[in-house]
Formats: sequence, C-alpha cells, structure tokens
Amino acid sequence: MQVLYGRHHVRVFRFGLRLVRDEQIAEDLISEVFLDVWRQAGKFEGRSAVSTWLLAITRFKALSALRRRKDAELEDEAANAIEDTSDDPEVAVTKKDTGEALRKCLTGLSAEHREIVDLVYYHEKSVEEVAEIVGIPENTVKTRLFYARKKLAELLKAAGVERGWP
Amino acid sequence: MMALSKKMLEQEPGEIEMLLPWHAAGTLNARDARRVEEALARDPELARQYAVIREEYAETIGLNETLGAPSARAMQKLFAAIDAEPARKPSALSSLSTRISGFFDKLSPRTLAWSASLGALVLVLQAGVIGAVLMRNQASTFQTASLSMNEPMTRTLSGHVAPPRVLVRFVPDAKISDINALLDSYQASIVDAKGGMFRLQFGDKAMSKDQVSSLISKLQGEKIVNLAVATP
Repeated sequence: MQVLYGRHHVRVFRFGLRLVRDEQIAEDLISEVFLDVWRQAGKFEGRSAVSTWLLAITRFKALSALRRRKDAELEDEAANAIEDTSDDPEVAVTKKDTGEALRKCLTGLSAEHREIVDLVYYHEKSVEEVAEIVGIPENTVKTRLFYARKKLAELLKAAGVERGWP
Repeated sequence: MMALSKKMLEQEPGEIEMLLPWHAAGTLNARDARRVEEALARDPELARQYAVIREEYAETIGLNETLGAPSARAMQKLFAAIDAEPARKPSALSSLSTRISGFFDKLSPRTLAWSASLGALVLVLQAGVIGAVLMRNQASTFQTASLSMNEPMTRTLSGHVAPPRVLVRFVPDAKISDINALLDSYQASIVDAKGGMFRLQFGDKAMSKDQVSSLISKLQGEKIVNLAVATP
C-alpha cells in the first residue's frame, strides 16, 4: 500500500484538488480513496491501469464531497477562484503573458470541463480511459473536450486574448 | 435552409479535429496518430488549431504542477485508518499486487521502451556523477565543514535561489544519444521522470524570468523536444 500510495498520491491529490478547490477536502479525499483501495483490493480486475481506477474513485468521492456543500457556496467559490490573487486575465494580457491568462481561464472552467481537460492533458488518459473514469460514452468524451476548449477560448477572448481559434 | 445547414456543419467538430488534444498528449493509438499527422500536413487551419492545443496542453501541465502535494497528515490519517481496520485475509492484497504486476506486463511497448531507456540513462548519469566525485576528491585527504573566508558572504531576500527546472517531453523516436547530447549542451541533469515527462535542472545558478523564458523557447525549438514547460 505504501508503494501504491507513494506512486500515485500526488496526482490523485491534484485531480481531487482541481475538482473540490479546497486543500483540506482534497487531503481528506486521498485518505478516503486509498482506504477504499485497501478495502476493495480484491475487486480490482486489472482490466484498466491502476491510475485510471484510482482517478475514477477520486472523482466519485470528489463529487460526493461537492454535493454535501450548498450550490450557492460553490458559485461564490468559483467566482473567487477566478478573481483571487495576483492579476486578472486582462492585466496578465497587458503583460503579454498569454500563458498566465490561459492558466487563469483554465481555473475558471466548470468542474465538468476542468476534469476532462485535466484527465486528457495532465493525466494523459486516452479516450477510452476518460470514458471509464467519467462514466460517459467515448464520443461524448471527445465532444465534451471540444466544447471545454471552445469555452476556454471564449473566456480568453473575453480577457482580450485572441489565439486564432475558433 | 442551405445557409443554416452550412452553419451547423461549420459548428460541428470534425472527427480528426476532436482527436487533436490526444495527439498533443501522445495518447492516440498508432493508426489514429497517423491519420492526425496526415490531416495536419494537408490542412493549415487544423495545424493552427493544433498549435493552440499544444499551448493549452503545456499550460494545463504547468497549472497542475503548481498545485503542490498533500501534507503528511493525509498519509498518517490513511495508515491510522488501515490499522483500525479489522484483520483481513492476505489473499486480497496479494491479488492486487499480482494484478498490478499484470498491469505493468500490459504496458505499451513505447512506455516500456521509455522506462527502459530512462533506467539506462539514469545508470549512465549516476556512473558519471560517481566518477566525477571520485576524481575530484582524490587529491584531498579530508575537508572540514568550516566557513570559507575566501568566498563573499551574501544572502538573498528569498534565501537559497534554485537553478531553473523545466518539464520536458521528448519526441517518441528520440534516441538516448540525442538526449545525452542535449543534456550536455544545456548543462542539464534529470531530476526525475514520470509518465514520459522529464524534470530537468539547468546548470547550478538561478536565472531571471526572461532567461528562463528564452531557455524554454530554445528548448521548444529542439528537434527532439515535444514539449517544454517551466516547473518548480
């Protein structure tokens, strides 16, 4: 278990943190995820990668944690997450730092869009693996990422960043 | 009606277009990767979109890398909970380890090749470092840990400033000799590696933000580099 934890806990934590946006909750999540793994070790069928299995459990636990919180509280938090610290996207653009604006806008995506962007780009999951983690058909995975990227482009455009797409 | 259909068609993403993010992440199967490559070569519009996607890909990795790691509290909590669990049959865990081993057996040849290459590279680097340390220490018999008065005593407001680190992903067909040459020419060393990404450290001195930016631009221009992004 220590080896498994050592190998995967940082990525599990980061995936959970991007969903729940609260370090304390994300830390609690990883304890719960690995405890579940300990309890359900016999159920792991080895059909998918261990990391895919772990991320699917993390996602389920993160969504349960989010459901326990009020919607209004979440909306406030989402707004704060975009506006907090340093510069807003507009200021970042005046500094010609598109990268910084991109990161801000990535944070401003909805939870549904954030998770798919992270799973594909950061966790390097294939179409099939994302479908397994999120529990949606493979075609929906592809279109959801496409629209997440479109939303990202809209946020960037609103912040004054034109990238030539769409 | 015709105009409406055309507009709808324009809004619908094409099949290849939807695969671009996975191509950037290197997670497509060989057949799809070839289809995307061919489409990129003949469609400049698609190639422009792919450049935008590579930017998103790099920044998503950069953003996630800044999130840090959980504190030791999470691990303590987990192992305290495991200790409190009722005694169990050992078969379940051994079954997990068997399956995890099975998973490694099923890794793609590309991933296995990378892992093996990295292992070999680390061994070569390690041998080099040990050799260098032995050569350097040969002349002196012992050295005290006292303060050297020949060096100026300086300090920075932020304490020790570390040399820059960059997450680098090499193209799938990069040879070990090419990677070694790149490491030599940039005076870089591999700090760690995970999932096909290498964390490289450059030199032993801190660099300004502009220097780091130009270093990353230069790296991105290297033939064998697929992606370079700043990392703590």
